Amino acid sequence: MDTIFAQATATGRAGVSVIRVSGPQAFDIASVFCDLPDVGRTGLRAVRGCDGALIDRAVVLCFENGASFTGERVVEFQVHGGLATVARLLSELSAQKGCRLAGPGEFTRRALENGQLDLNQVEALSDLIDAETESQRQQAIRVLDGSFGDAGERWRGKLLRAVALLEASIDFSDEEIPDDLSIEVIQLVEETHASISAILERSTVAAKIRTGFTVAIIGAPNVGKSTLLNSIVGRQAAITSDVAGTTRDVIECRVDLQGLAVSFLDTAGLRDSKDEIEKLGISKAYEMADVADIRVFLIEEEGEPLPITMRDGDIVRLNKGDERGFDFEAISGKTGQGVSELLNLIAERLAVKTPTDVVAIRERQITGLRSAESFLARVLALVQSDPLPFELASQELYFALSELDFVFGRIDIESVLDEIFSSFCLGK
Amino acid sequence: MKHFDVVIVGGGHAGCEALHAVCRYGLRAALVTLDQSKVGVMSCNPAIGGLGKGHLVREIDALDGIIGTAADLSGIQFRLLNRSKGPAVQGPRTQSDRKLYLQAIQALLAKQDYILIEGEAADLMSSGGAVTGVRLADGSEILAHTVILTAGTFMRGVIHIGDKRVSAGRMGEKAADVLSQKMESLGAVFGRLKTGTPPRLNGDTIDWRQLELQPADFDPVMLSFLSKGPTVRQVSCGITHTNSQTHDIIRENIDKSAMYGGHIEGIGPRYCPSIEDKITRFADKSSHQVFLEPEGLTTNCVYPNGISSSLPQDVQEAYVRSIVGLENVEIQQPGYAIEYDFLNPQGLSSDLESSLMGGLFLAGQINGTTGYEEAAAQGLVAAIGVAKRLKGVSPITFDRSTSYIGVMIDDLITRGATEPYRMFTSRAEFRLKLRADNADQRLTEQGYTSGLVSESRFGAYREKMTHLDECRALLSSMAVSPNQARKAGIDLGLDGRRRSGHELLSIPGVTVSNLSSLAPGLADCDAESLVQAAREALYVTYIERQGRDIDALARDLSVKIPKSFHYVGVPGLSSELISKLNAARPESLGAAKNIEGVTPAALTAVLLSIKSKGLKNTG
Repeated sequence: MDTIFAQATATGRAGVSVIRVSGPQAFDIASVFCDLPDVGRTGLRAVRGCDGALIDRAVVLCFENGASFTGERVVEFQVHGGLATVARLLSELSAQKGCRLAGPGEFTRRALENGQLDLNQVEALSDLIDAETESQRQQAIRVLDGSFGDAGERWRGKLLRAVALLEASIDFSDEEIPDDLSIEVIQLVEETHASISAILERSTVAAKIRTGFTVAIIGAPNVGKSTLLNSIVGRQAAITSDVAGTTRDVIECRVDLQGLAVSFLDTAGLRDSKDEIEKLGISKAYEMADVADIRVFLIEEEGEPLPITMRDGDIVRLNKGDERGFDFEAISGKTGQGVSELLNLIAERLAVKTPTDVVAIRERQITGLRSAESFLARVLALVQSDPLPFELASQELYFALSELDFVFGRIDIESVLDEIFSSFCLGK
Repeated sequence: MKHFDVVIVGGGHAGCEALHAVCRYGLRAALVTLDQSKVGVMSCNPAIGGLGKGHLVREIDALDGIIGTAADLSGIQFRLLNRSKGPAVQGPRTQSDRKLYLQAIQALLAKQDYILIEGEAADLMSSGGAVTGVRLADGSEILAHTVILTAGTFMRGVIHIGDKRVSAGRMGEKAADVLSQKMESLGAVFGRLKTGTPPRLNGDTIDWRQLELQPADFDPVMLSFLSKGPTVRQVSCGITHTNSQTHDIIRENIDKSAMYGGHIEGIGPRYCPSIEDKITRFADKSSHQVFLEPEGLTTNCVYPNGISSSLPQDVQEAYVRSIVGLENVEIQQPGYAIEYDFLNPQGLSSDLESSLMGGLFLAGQINGTTGYEEAAAQGLVAAIGVAKRLKGVSPITFDRSTSYIGVMIDDLITRGATEPYRMFTSRAEFRLKLRADNADQRLTEQGYTSGLVSESRFGAYREKMTHLDECRALLSSMAVSPNQARKAGIDLGLDGRRRSGHELLSIPGVTVSNLSSLAPGLADCDAESLVQAAREALYVTYIERQGRDIDALARDLSVKIPKSFHYVGVPGLSSELISKLNAARPESLGAAKNIEGVTPAALTAVLLSIKSKGLKNTG
């Protein structure tokens, strides 16, 4: 196995940059440049190149096998983050034998291969690095700290036990196996099914946290939708004018709303139009309104009929509040009247939807869990039959397990046999 | 001096099946055995078949092997296990008369042309890395192009009874220690396994009146596709139980047991524990079932299944007599544990050819398995391997998706054995397709093409298939409306969809008799074929779904890993995986996939590496 090195912090000028060296030779190679501190301790060291000239004074840390991010021996140099300083140390490292520059993501790949992280955690790590808002960060950290993996382990443990019970009833039927094992099987499968269903339900929202919620501003032409959008995002994102039908396409602006990623959509005013381009914009507005998590309706008069049926969570406001005098239900993009109250209300309504428990985030995870859920539903239907079709129920359970394998890694027959032999005294 | 095509060492179940198969291929064969009267002997429990094992027997039988026929000729208690469960998990089994079984095997072998040589194989001769024959302990040499070694438990076999140890292959039979040493000098690395037998009881001294009896099936199911019914009288087994007194006696004397006294290092099977093991590991169970199985019609010897032991003889007597019905029983032969050498089967080819020398094939317990059926199946596989090597016969494909034999071979050569390996139906992931009832449909035609299956069996098989095809055609021609189905007693939603006979039969609870009023032609169909068609219908949707898995597996399997492939240097393989892959040397990606710890990512890495090397070679 090669020893690899790379800058672990972002490239560019910075106060401090971290250069990581990982691999079986990490200690040997790093000690060319300075005396290494003991494992687990930090040391301020004069880092010198092969010619003995001082490169920088750096904080140096060493990690032993199994105790580092990659799972290998690791040395980290925390140098001053000047471009030249980093470049010099990297070039010194690349001159060392048995040492090469790491490829993109190679530290993480080694962490995966050495079992420091599982696939879900690797994905969560990338989510964590990409997290822009507080709720994205919380969600990623819940997967990264292993909560998602723990849920997977619990499901697999239960299903493994259920398979083992069915298989014991099949393969050791002429031995002393209790008759009522199916009760435990049903219980195990029901619990797992319910738990997976719950996570899936939460996960639809979780995906939104990752990609962002959408709030569509809907209303007739020239009610002030674009002015409201501009006020929300604090810049001239949409062109505004007194001419009805100014906004033709959907304009999307992404904001961090109290820790939630939210895209506000300004849409074309809804009316019957002869203009082909405007008509396209209007139909797109209907489409976006349909998929949006919350719609804000701007209206001219109280009680006027809405162009789209209201859904739970939707919000209605009177437009051009600056021209109406004080009205609690009125809002003005121009003066900002009522805007912060509106944003608070939106944040409050989205926060209710935000799961605080562990969720599946990635499409890969959700697809796998959905299939597993449907196979488990079939098991639950089968175990109601009399006589119980053991081999079919077991087959469906294996299908479910193999879907979970897709998400969490594999289980094989030896694990099933281990469970059987530790549960029953076999051998007549 | 005569030069043989193949010498088979060992006349147990692997050796007999191998011998019979090489003879069917028309090869010049010799059998070397320590004692010709013991050829085909059942050294442990006199029973053939069961779950997984019955499937193996049917597969061997489908290829014209002898274990099924011999079991049927000697069967004294036929029972179809899991009769109340689905056909995929039903396993035919019989108790055999030990003497009749041995006679049947010897009679079946006598119809073949081979030379029997009595003696101890002491050395393998070779030249240029290929085997050239076997040297016996008396110095005589038998020249052969290939050797099938089926040494069973004889390689450095040691029998333990309490603290007594005797070197032996079976009770009263000499062990083969010299061969073990010779093979070690060739670089063979042996492991140790153990297994055990219970004391044998004098049936005349058992009080049968106190015992619950388990009779044979009223409607016996045979092991061989060609057998019509039992040929000898059927008997019942007795059932009794150990009790707290039994357990106390064993607990008090546990340190006198060879196993618990530290005399045994070999690993025993978890599914066939000694009574000492049962009581220690499941201390909360106050009683264990014991089956009292008659060993034959003309002997009073009874095999008490479930209480194998390596305790001293006096303790065995005490605990056996504490059991209901056995108060005055006389022990004819004490139980014992036997430890023996086995060779890690990882690294064998899928024909069971050893990497130690070309033309050397290993089959049976030497590969870490246990059981007559597992041994016989390996004997057959090795024989086919020999015929392939010497005559280039068309091979028979044994893989995980088409046979239990394929499952076993794949398990052995890719995972090795960490305890004596026994077949279970749960090992077969394509279990719904690999049924005992269709072993002939899966294998007989291939066997015929290969030259292994006789004209008469193939004729019978073709006749069965003709009937079956008639039934299938009739069933698929049916178009039954939900209304019609309801009238025939099949509860269907009125969805207006017409269904074929297969679709109706796949509904749980629907049987052939429900269909008789819906398709009058069914009355003229062969009854057995109709039942078979119904079995197929039951699983058809599952098998289709699994078909996708099989296709995926086949695609993986099709990518061969070159023998000279270097795992070191493949990017992304951990050193642990590299050492596992180097130990197992899987022949294909499909085989690599089954090695513990091999992840999809690792497989992709290997695949990419194979492909990039291939490009370099052609470029």
